[in-house]
Amino acid sequence: MPPTGALRDVAIVAFAQSDHLKSTDELSEVEMLMPVLHEVLGATGLATGEIDFTCSGSADYLAGRAFSFTMALDGVGAWPPISESHVETDGAWALYEAWVKLLTGEADTALVYSYGKSSPGSLRDVLTRQLDPYYQAPLWPDSVALAALQAQALIDAGHTDERTLATVAARSRDAASDNPHAQVRGARPQGDYVVQPLRTGDCPPIGDGAAAVVLAAGDRARALCARPAWIRGIDHRIEPHAIGVRDLTESPSTRLAAERAGAFERPVDTAELHAPFSSQEVVLRRALDLGDEVAVNPSGGPLAANPMMAAGLVRLGEAAARIHRGASDRALAHATSGPCLQQNLVAVLEGEDA
Amino acid sequence: MPDLLKAPMALEFPFTRSLGPVQSAFLTGLRERVVLGVRTGDGRVLVPPVEYDPVTAEEIRDLVQVSATGTVTTWAWNPEPRRDQPLDTPFAWVLVQLDGADTALLHALDVPDATSVHSGLRVRVRWAEERTGAITDIACFEPAQDGQAAGRTPAARHDGAFDDPVTGIVAPARLDYVYSPGRAQTAYLRGLAEQRNVGERCPSCAKVYIPPRGACPTCGVATAERVEVGPAGTVTTFCIVNIKAKNLDIEVPYVYAHIALDGAGLALHGRIGGIPYDQVRMGLRVEPVWSENSRFPDHYRPTGEPDADYDTYKELL
Ligand SMILES: [Zn+2]
Repeated sequence: MPPTGALRDVAIVAFAQSDHLKSTDELSEVEMLMPVLHEVLGATGLATGEIDFTCSGSADYLAGRAFSFTMALDGVGAWPPISESHVETDGAWALYEAWVKLLTGEADTALVYSYGKSSPGSLRDVLTRQLDPYYQAPLWPDSVALAALQAQALIDAGHTDERTLATVAARSRDAASDNPHAQVRGARPQGDYVVQPLRTGDCPPIGDGAAAVVLAAGDRARALCARPAWIRGIDHRIEPHAIGVRDLTESPSTRLAAERAGAFERPVDTAELHAPFSSQEVVLRRALDLGDEVAVNPSGGPLAANPMMAAGLVRLGEAAARIHRGASDRALAHATSGPCLQQNLVAVLEGEDA
Repeated sequence: MPDLLKAPMALEFPFTRSLGPVQSAFLTGLRERVVLGVRTGDGRVLVPPVEYDPVTAEEIRDLVQVSATGTVTTWAWNPEPRRDQPLDTPFAWVLVQLDGADTALLHALDVPDATSVHSGLRVRVRWAEERTGAITDIACFEPAQDGQAAGRTPAARHDGAFDDPVTGIVAPARLDYVYSPGRAQTAYLRGLAEQRNVGERCPSCAKVYIPPRGACPTCGVATAERVEVGPAGTVTTFCIVNIKAKNLDIEVPYVYAHIALDGAGLALHGRIGGIPYDQVRMGLRVEPVWSENSRFPDHYRPTGEPDADYDTYKELL
């Protein structure tokens, strides 16, 4: 793969997110999303008609509303007809699609958004429906159970213990004290086992939220943002679906994606990791060679707010926002999808003078 | 918002899925209390078996029989079983590497408490009494106490042939939600309960949306100003339904139409009654007919007014 810089420079120039809340009964999905779209467009001064490509991520199963993404488009203002696409997964993958579109030169600007309303359903059960229908789904192994199997494997292998996991949880919620959008702000007791060895504190909050970013290429990005977060590379990789085939203590897909995104060429100062469970941060830190000198999830990460289908895009947005405000020069952002970190996306972002 | 509407909603989707040759042999084998795996090109045995090598994507068909006894590779204690999970008493989720296999199978282990399970524990399949050719033919695992170390029992070749093989599964699923339509649609539904049609006007283009969705899809801005429209309206276009719908007690043929309520910026749809189906026409003026205790008009009937001029509704087609 040629270095992406040889093709075209693309940057995240704006990021917005909703407050992530336990429930948003009074809002339809588009009502939840629209203020975020207005905020992110407002930050760039762009009108909908000036966006060359729009790409979104969401999943109908969360709220049980078929084709909900078509309703969400109401919030974009899709007339005259816009160039648009949708992924049925986290918005980080929508960002990947938009990035590729900009690299081709077919678009100079892109709006990427994603949202999830988990509150209407029972998320742990809903997520079992993403599992293979022959061997796994009939057993209804919920998302916490699968993560707990991974956590126990890590403990057995000596890579972590419950005390270390509690430290990850406390550090994340503590960091979220400064994040007005987070759902769980401030450290709290670990609580009882949900599925042993994972306690309440090791699990992400379940809630509703939305996020959006604007991408722009070259000088357009410089015109729209004082300090664009240049995307130096993105890659995403997937592992076998069946968790019994994988070594759950490793994440070779994260490792490979990071290599292909250029993450190891120079050290990063910040990493926003989409590790919904405390134990998964342990896996990702090892896969990404992140030491204590790197600020991991200064936003609080998914343990503080985990809006499904948006939490990965939020990682990219939070990393970019740190570059925008000069708090980071080179940041890594990670997103995941599937059980036990099955699929992983890694992006490397840099400020101009870095 | 006070008095926000909410309602329970169940989604049920019994998918019927066909099986490939390897999955068919595996699930039929479970029915016959035989556990099969598949051998990959590099000699690894995958249990449960798949049809393509997860590493090379090569088609794999080389079936082997493995033991119904194996070793726990990792576990998680589930203190509160959820609906549809294998056991309704607290149990351990386990990954089990069966003797002869190189990969692990996900299932439940029936032990009384978390201290009764550890990685390395020897366990064996507890078969379900009634078996149909499904992963749930394994009721769960139970401790084996066979005194063996994790076995390297070689897997034996198996032709995968059984009488009356299972060729498909029906995978029922039910998810329960509490549906809330949000601010705009709650207001609309409350209006309908009083037999009023309340839409919302776009502050940018002034179009009145009914039913309102909270946003103007053209302008991408929130709609908030409530506007009552109708009750009468104009048929903008229609079709004649000739096939009776299941569970619907309406005689065919009947007319289903797009109806632009007076003052609305787009048409909604409804059934036209009170007029022979072959006399319905574009421009026909209609009004709603409400039935008892219904949130929606049962149908629309002619008002008797002269037909609307085409120019008055052509933008709403
Ligand atoms: Zn409008």
